[in-house]
Amino acid sequence: MSEQLVEFLQQILNGLSQGAIYALIALGYTMVFGILRFINFAHGDIYMLGAFAGYYLVEKMPRLLGGDPTLAKAAAVLFLAMGICAGLGILIERLCYRPLRSRPKLTILITAIGVSLFLENGGQYLFGADPKSFPEIIVDQAFEIPASWGALSSLTILHSQVLVFGVTAVLLFVLRFIVLHTRMGMAMRALSFNPTAATLMGINTDVVIAFTFGLGSALAGAAGILTSIQQPSIDPLMGINAGLKAFVAAVLGGIGNLPGAALGGILIGLLEALTVGYINPTYRDPIVFAVLILILLVKPSGLLGKSTAEKV
Amino acid sequence: MSALLDVDKVTVRFGGLKAVSEVSIQIHEGELVGLIGPNGAGKTTVFNLITGVYRPTEGSISFAGRSVVGHRAYKVTARGIARTFQNIRLFDSLSVFDNVRCACNMHLSHGIAHALLRGPGFVREEEGIDKTVMELLGIFGLAEHRETACRHLSYGDQRRLEIVRALATRPKLLLLDEPAAGMNPTEKVELMNLIRFTQEKFRCAVLLVEHDMKVVMGICQRIHVLDHGKKIAEGTPEEIRANPAVIAAYLGKEADHA
Amino acid sequence: MRIDRGQIILLAALVVFGIASTFGGSMNPYYYDILIGIGINVILAVSLNLVNGYTGQFSLGHAGFMAVGAYSSAWITIAFGYVLGTSFFATRTSFVLSLVLGGLAAALAGLAVGIPSLRLRGDYLAIVTLGFNEIIKGVIQNAEPLGAQRGLGGIPLYSNIFWTFAVAAITIYVIVSLVNSTYGRGFLAVRDDEIAAEAMGINTTKYKVLAFTLGAFFAGIAGGLYAHFKQFIHPEGFGFLRSVDIVVMVILGGMGSTVGVCVAAVLLTILPELLRYVSDIPGLPAWMGQIADNRMILYSLLLIILMITRPQGLFGTARLGRKK
Repeated sequence: MSEQLVEFLQQILNGLSQGAIYALIALGYTMVFGILRFINFAHGDIYMLGAFAGYYLVEKMPRLLGGDPTLAKAAAVLFLAMGICAGLGILIERLCYRPLRSRPKLTILITAIGVSLFLENGGQYLFGADPKSFPEIIVDQAFEIPASWGALSSLTILHSQVLVFGVTAVLLFVLRFIVLHTRMGMAMRALSFNPTAATLMGINTDVVIAFTFGLGSALAGAAGILTSIQQPSIDPLMGINAGLKAFVAAVLGGIGNLPGAALGGILIGLLEALTVGYINPTYRDPIVFAVLILILLVKPSGLLGKSTAEKV
Repeated sequence: MSALLDVDKVTVRFGGLKAVSEVSIQIHEGELVGLIGPNGAGKTTVFNLITGVYRPTEGSISFAGRSVVGHRAYKVTARGIARTFQNIRLFDSLSVFDNVRCACNMHLSHGIAHALLRGPGFVREEEGIDKTVMELLGIFGLAEHRETACRHLSYGDQRRLEIVRALATRPKLLLLDEPAAGMNPTEKVELMNLIRFTQEKFRCAVLLVEHDMKVVMGICQRIHVLDHGKKIAEGTPEEIRANPAVIAAYLGKEADHA
Repeated sequence: MRIDRGQIILLAALVVFGIASTFGGSMNPYYYDILIGIGINVILAVSLNLVNGYTGQFSLGHAGFMAVGAYSSAWITIAFGYVLGTSFFATRTSFVLSLVLGGLAAALAGLAVGIPSLRLRGDYLAIVTLGFNEIIKGVIQNAEPLGAQRGLGGIPLYSNIFWTFAVAAITIYVIVSLVNSTYGRGFLAVRDDEIAAEAMGINTTKYKVLAFTLGAFFAGIAGGLYAHFKQFIHPEGFGFLRSVDIVVMVILGGMGSTVGVCVAAVLLTILPELLRYVSDIPGLPAWMGQIADNRMILYSLLLIILMITRPQGLFGTARLGRKK
């Protein structure tokens, strides 16, 4: 097996684990868009808050969560951070978006920008603008690939990468179960098809919307923790870039479409890895934006989405 | 006499659904024609096809002898077809005057440079537009509301404003989409007179979509009936009233306005 | 021949600014800085208001056009500034030329952004314009002749009160005159209801592209003025945050009110400076001082509160988009 192929596989691997992160964040965008038809600009910052939640959890509870990294502790940090983010997401929705539900879309969009900026700058104020080093909650090392696998043994597969992918897969499975097999999930789907009818059927819109925000935010929080395991340097502005890319991923997959968001995330992650590996690292961001523009021009409903026309 | 508007076996498909199927309608100059049918029959879709909002999947549409298929809506308007909308679409933030003024845009001879330099030609044209708009508003009794924000108008006034606005484009064919919706009986009688008056004074043909049978039977010279996207009948009001297919299509729907 | 009242005001304003400019040299440099900043922000806000306010296209990438203008005109001055000669008249003529060329380059960028964006509405349009802003920034960061990540310096100091405020006055005149003509009402029609506008014979594509192009043109000139004032420009200064700065001015002022956005531009240029003083007030709790230092926290709260309580801003009357 040639060196170039192994190199390519390495990029694919890197891309997949980054893509999983984007997928988790993209799901939040797409879920909120599905039921409210608006892009929660502040979603990327929830991801950032997830990372910081984990950071401060470990710092403030050293006996429980500090010390030697174990899987149990990592799981605890993950779940707690997810819970905190879910709560934050619900709070933001209640305070800032719910009062505006009957207003034109543009008003909410601007509000969302305001919330995003507030979280970023508030974060800089509260946490300090300098990057922090996320504590080790798992022991990260590369898998030992036996030399008998030939050239493949030069691949670096980190525990963290496998963990990221594995946790993401589990979360996606849980999400799918919630959406397809629970009453709340059914309510979410009903709301995304026809909000008025859903209310008339006795669905408590407020609760469903709050739940959706909570769910999406929890996933973003998970993404924040998973990212921090791989790249321990966290700062209050880390949500901007990741959030935008995840948004592109959601659009690429078809905004409002859950499997599409996951697919889009993976694709963007792969695209990034290949750009960095084979073209030029500085083009990483512009290329992702170029993809966004391309998709919106060619097939705005995304890869898996259906187009809806405005009724005249 | 050849038709002014010739809609020939037009079909439009949305996904797998045929919203309009092989519909043919002909309208001659100065005619007042009605288009009726149960809800969802495709009447507004036909309007959208004629005005270029939708593109037919099959069939042809020609106006004054030339095809209008594939043209952007503003070009269709330039040819001489104007319309009103089922759910009133006025320019909410603009005054009554400005709403009509916008419709004069297409006949402008001045552009950016003139708007900036404001020479005598520009001033003359603006004054001309002012006069035209005020005349139109006067005819329809809206002159005193000139500076009112159009969203403060009564519902009936808004519907009339939409018609005035459409007329400012100097159409040869006016498409009215349920102009009587939400009106009380008195207003409806006024509307009927207004439509007849418009047709005569402005010498334009009118294609009217309406649910109120009194209005339709009262002013239309000919009526086309659609059901489930297909044309099921065509004729004078008397013919249509007696047509069994039409009655069947409306069967079960309470004739609260026959 | 009748001269339009607006033209008279414009000419008078130009004379006033010319006279005022002669006092610029004797001004406190700190206040001078703020004054020029006000002028530039007015140009940016009024030009963005054409796109966002009058035409209803939510553009979040205005700083990108400013960057194109800044870098184009700076590069032209550095490369060709003395082609016409070294006299005062020659250099100032080439300065004006470089501003205009910078504006035209920005207008081209506006065209490039406007055309693909034609089919997009609301949220999507905002994100795409943001994307374009980032792409422009990315291109500059990779362009060696423009200084890439290091920035571009050595730009002569040509901007002064006259040039800055003259351009501001011209920008205001152009946009207000345009919008107040029957031709210009087309912009508002496109904003209020595109489908109805098309049905009334208005070529919505033309107006949207025109708004972007014209808005970008003036943003580009603002960029050129900025470059020839600060004498050093860096791609980081033309990113999303700068675009947000301008958008906040337009929203605070009231989308669709030129007067409003001018007032907002003045307020929001002075505000950060005032906040600097706040943190110096003795006896103020430290955290208040720190928040005052970080104007973005206040801006973002301002945005949220504005949207919930008074979305039309200070002077706006239009609703933001079609009612639901």
